[in-house]
Amino acid sequence: MDIVFQRPESMTGEQMHYCPGCTHGIIHRLVGEAIDDLDIREQTIGIASVGCSVFAYDYFNCDMQQASHGRAPAVATGIKRVLPDKMVFAYQGDGDLASIGMAEIVHAAARSENITVIFVNNAIYGMTSGQMAPTTLIGQKTTTTPRGRTVSEAGYPIKMCELLATLDGVTYLERVSSHDAKHILQAKRAIKKAFEIQQGGKGFAMVEVLSTCSVNWGMTPIESMDWLADNMIPYYPLGVFKDVSVEEGV
Amino acid sequence: MPVEGDEWMKGKVIVDQERCKECSLCILACPHDVLRISKEINFKGYHPVEVYAPEKCTGCTLCAVICPDLALIIKRQKPERK
Amino acid sequence: MARKLMRGNDALAEAAILAGCKAFFGYPITPQNEIPAYMADQLPLRGGVYLQAESEVSAINMVYGAAGAGARVMTSSSSPGISLKQEGISYIAAAELPCVIVNVMRCGPGLGGIHPSQGDYFQAVKGGGHGDYKLIVLAPGSVQEMADLTILAFDLADKWRNPVMILADGILGQMMEPVVFEEDLKINQVEKPWATTGAIGRKPNIINTLDIVPESLEQKNIALLTKYDEIRKQEVRWQEIHTEDADLILVAYGTSARVARSAMEEARKKGLKVGLFRPISLYPFPEGEISRLASSKTEFLTIEMSSGQMVEDVRLAVNGKCPVHFTNRLGGMVPTVEDILEKIEEIYEGSDH
Repeated sequence: MDIVFQRPESMTGEQMHYCPGCTHGIIHRLVGEAIDDLDIREQTIGIASVGCSVFAYDYFNCDMQQASHGRAPAVATGIKRVLPDKMVFAYQGDGDLASIGMAEIVHAAARSENITVIFVNNAIYGMTSGQMAPTTLIGQKTTTTPRGRTVSEAGYPIKMCELLATLDGVTYLERVSSHDAKHILQAKRAIKKAFEIQQGGKGFAMVEVLSTCSVNWGMTPIESMDWLADNMIPYYPLGVFKDVSVEEGV
Repeated sequence: MPVEGDEWMKGKVIVDQERCKECSLCILACPHDVLRISKEINFKGYHPVEVYAPEKCTGCTLCAVICPDLALIIKRQKPERK
Repeated sequence: MARKLMRGNDALAEAAILAGCKAFFGYPITPQNEIPAYMADQLPLRGGVYLQAESEVSAINMVYGAAGAGARVMTSSSSPGISLKQEGISYIAAAELPCVIVNVMRCGPGLGGIHPSQGDYFQAVKGGGHGDYKLIVLAPGSVQEMADLTILAFDLADKWRNPVMILADGILGQMMEPVVFEEDLKINQVEKPWATTGAIGRKPNIINTLDIVPESLEQKNIALLTKYDEIRKQEVRWQEIHTEDADLILVAYGTSARVARSAMEEARKKGLKVGLFRPISLYPFPEGEISRLASSKTEFLTIEMSSGQMVEDVRLAVNGKCPVHFTNRLGGMVPTVEDILEKIEEIYEGSDH
């Protein structure tokens, strides 16, 4: 019998610290598989951000830099501008990308930086134990919205794909989900495409992956997958929000 | 560890029990009820998943696709072409 | 080599390019805007990369990335912008990455004004960012030094794997003086096997400052301190004039030192035995040299465009051996020769307490 599924070479195999059922583990592996499929491991530099995935530098088997909170797109820019032939990706959560890092992601996208961004959106802050995120849903309970998020107090959740799609510098934006195997396989296709766009020098590509946080949502992993499908997808619809990769040519 | 003589199986799941965190997503994903939570306890204190019905496994890999912890290796028979 | 009349900011930028600066990330702020403008114009034509970042915060993080990728890289700003960079600077120091950070000081606090000051001495030398780290800090006193110390800064940054700060002020940035650039300057290329250039045929390199194990992080801190000990032994720089027979030694850096030097010469004409001690490295501070000069027969007068920052380090170095006086201007005002002479005469008359 042949092995048809095993650890990608682009993952170190170090046991990941994530909570049971956390979709970070799945998404890390999809990134690793994409890097393997494109055979770019030795050309790749990844940027770990701040959040649950801060230790990503231990899990990806390529050069890694760990960036300060929110600044991964700027760090990626610095690397890509001095090493334009290398593949650079940033891996960020919803606090890192959409809160403190909002300026950095908008401007990296506006500049059409030739980088790949993996945006893990689970509508909450995980590492710091469950505070509201910019993508927390109205009515969702967190430690800083104990009675449920209200518009009057905290305004509206931010739809990053829709927001970045208005920028001319963006080449590719897709929102995918990780809540079941079928969607995970679609997520992998999107992530691989986002790397291919960088390979082709075609500009800025980001994949937003709707994800779970079962511990801070207060559910089991299986319940979390359902909650994601039932509550997050209606507000954050899946699909391609921009794709000019063919028009860009080359 | 794998039992000798697995050629009769269509597909095979090899569980790394020490990586498993009992999240049970693989059981959710499996279309053929191959997996269940075992009564073992691993080093971290979880009850890892085990292959309960190996004869039903088709090697579809959906369990490994959803596993967050690289705990599952999947083997599959190459189909015979007649 | 021809002498060229240049603005301080421009000379600094030209020197950086000659020193092999491969990338510049910055943001506009007065009084250093000539530096990004010069870099935008020249760097892409001479093999480098220029990018105006969306903020000083973003710029320092671009520096972190590029430095981690092995490039010689620089950013420049002025006081409020340097405040924004502090987290990034702490990260760069912790990761032991080489880079050059230029602060063309303006008056503060807050938005303050655009006139010169020396109010960021504490920020540069004592920390600024969180945690136990040090920058090498160099203080030019002329347009020639704006150039020479920038070239030195890139070399020191690579030699020590440490960020190096050029601490200038608005006058030095804007003034014009003749500059000589060394012909065919040889760039001291340093191997950087630790850089994230893609793990081709080697284990991956990781640039990281997180360590949640106290025993391990303590060792990292101790390693940094050991490095700083060596820097203190090897990289002290200063200038002293007429100190051999001086009974009053002026201590000043940057623009203050230029005014102090004129005041010293005027005082000498009046028969007062005044000398000048000009620190060029603010970190490492030339405390040993000041201590050498301190005795029961001398006094010191520190002159700063601040409320009194370097004077504390002078007092520490003097360690009570003799009086240390202080005079200053604030808010963008520059001390005049008359201001300083008046203070000198007060001290000689013993009327300053």
